[in-house]
Amino acid sequence: MTRRLAFLLAMLALAGPARAQNLTADLSSHIIGITTGFVGANLTLFGTVDKPGDVVVIVRGPPADMMVRKKQKVLGMWINGSSALFHDAPSFYSTASSKPLGELGSPDILTRHMIGLDNLKLQTAEPVAEPRLSEFRAALVRSQQELDLYRAAPVPVTFLGEHLFRADMAFPANVPTGTYSVQIVLLQGGEVIGAQTSSLIVSRIGFSNGVFSVAHHHALLYGLGALVFAVAAGWAASLVFRRG
Amino acid sequence: MDIYLPIAQMPVDPFVLLAMGGLVGFLSGLLGIGGGFLMTPLLIFIGIPPAVSVATQSNQLVAASVSGVIAHWRRRNVDFKLGTVMLAGGAVGSAIGVAVFAQLKALGQIDLVISLTYVLFLGMVATLMMIDNFRMLVLHRNVVTRRKLHEHTALHRLPLRMRFPRSRLYISALLPLGIGFVGGLLVAIMGIGGGFILVPAMIYLLGMPVGLVAGTSLFQIIFTTGITTLLQAVTTHAVDVVLAAMLIVGGVIGAQIGTRLSHLMKPEYARLAHALIVLVVAVKLTFDLFARPENLFSVIQLGAQ
Repeated sequence: MTRRLAFLLAMLALAGPARAQNLTADLSSHIIGITTGFVGANLTLFGTVDKPGDVVVIVRGPPADMMVRKKQKVLGMWINGSSALFHDAPSFYSTASSKPLGELGSPDILTRHMIGLDNLKLQTAEPVAEPRLSEFRAALVRSQQELDLYRAAPVPVTFLGEHLFRADMAFPANVPTGTYSVQIVLLQGGEVIGAQTSSLIVSRIGFSNGVFSVAHHHALLYGLGALVFAVAAGWAASLVFRRG
Repeated sequence: MDIYLPIAQMPVDPFVLLAMGGLVGFLSGLLGIGGGFLMTPLLIFIGIPPAVSVATQSNQLVAASVSGVIAHWRRRNVDFKLGTVMLAGGAVGSAIGVAVFAQLKALGQIDLVISLTYVLFLGMVATLMMIDNFRMLVLHRNVVTRRKLHEHTALHRLPLRMRFPRSRLYISALLPLGIGFVGGLLVAIMGIGGGFILVPAMIYLLGMPVGLVAGTSLFQIIFTTGITTLLQAVTTHAVDVVLAAMLIVGGVIGAQIGTRLSHLMKPEYARLAHALIVLVVAVKLTFDLFARPENLFSVIQLGAQ
């Protein structure tokens, strides 16, 4: 799944410039590396437009399956009851725009390009009836917003003169790893006149990547290592404090 | 300055973790408790995913119990034979516990089961301890923690009787096996050492000499927490060594300070304090179970890569 998606995104990225009449943009970096000291990252998106218009940037994280559960009262206790599984929900969502999102274009356009949290495509694995669907959907969005992984308000896209624009995109320290899609859309009078998609990769590097991959690919070795470390630490502590 | 936890996949302030490890370690040294039942809720409270909290906590407990056992062993307060029989039961218990944990997690009911087990066991132990303390402190009656040497209950006469010379016991091996089994189950499901349940069980059910109980239960806890760490590492990949390392460093320092100061505290007050802490945690968890939660919804990402 991930591989297919990455391939698709790569194709889109390649296809991007060819389709991008009226619009050319690029990120200051296409890789965010998560190291042990990672506290979040800032990327700058630069671009030019041939014709004046509104620019909106939509950043979506790698798709993930999200389980939403609702607590209900059973024998006086609040326990997990009904649930909904959202399939391939974006694990991260943020936008940048030169004008408030609602004023960019018709609801149709906003939905097609997933502009704004309300227009995010969130599908359940199995059909869920209304009004439960909206309730669970809202809960998912709210929870991701609390984690700072979904952002309702766009950061500004600022024009430097008539053609050149920039946007400063921030990524929090808990940003999920994987391949991101960064979609840049140019609108004029509510109509899309240019679009470009490029990809961004967020991955662990260095020590934290080493720990993560050993824990997953050499799990037994990792467990034994953790044990040896704990026994040694406990033993060392009793030695040090016995003398001290 | 935050550091990034590679398995929990989040940044944390290392000083918060060192302080938490230190505080729980201090209390465990001072009061002679494991402190796992305090650490797991604290970790969840600062936002570490419950699965990572429970799995990592078992790794940290290995270090804490190793240093504890060495201290007790120097004073010859460990019954290795009894401990070994207990850990045979404990190994089976933790293997079943890890499997149950994975199953309940998939059903979305692991939080409920963790809370219920906490409430049940902590409530029971707190009540027993409070009764004991009340008798001692208020009625000035000495608690009989060990019966006469040759008095045996019906439980002791179960089959497979074994001699445990260090504890001067001749009892059915099924008893320590069973106690160890329950301990192992608790390690896996609650992410605790289980000392708070093992210690009273060894005193009241086995009739072990009180002086040997702490060292022997810690000896058994090394192995159940060790096995659990391995099983969690292999099945849930949720053991975070960076998190464990910080808890261990804070914990061992705190524990040593606590142990040094423990002689300043009368044992009955230490036990009262222990009982109060257990009671507060139990009441808080019961309240959480019955009070209407602020947010009725919970969201988890499945199969986080």
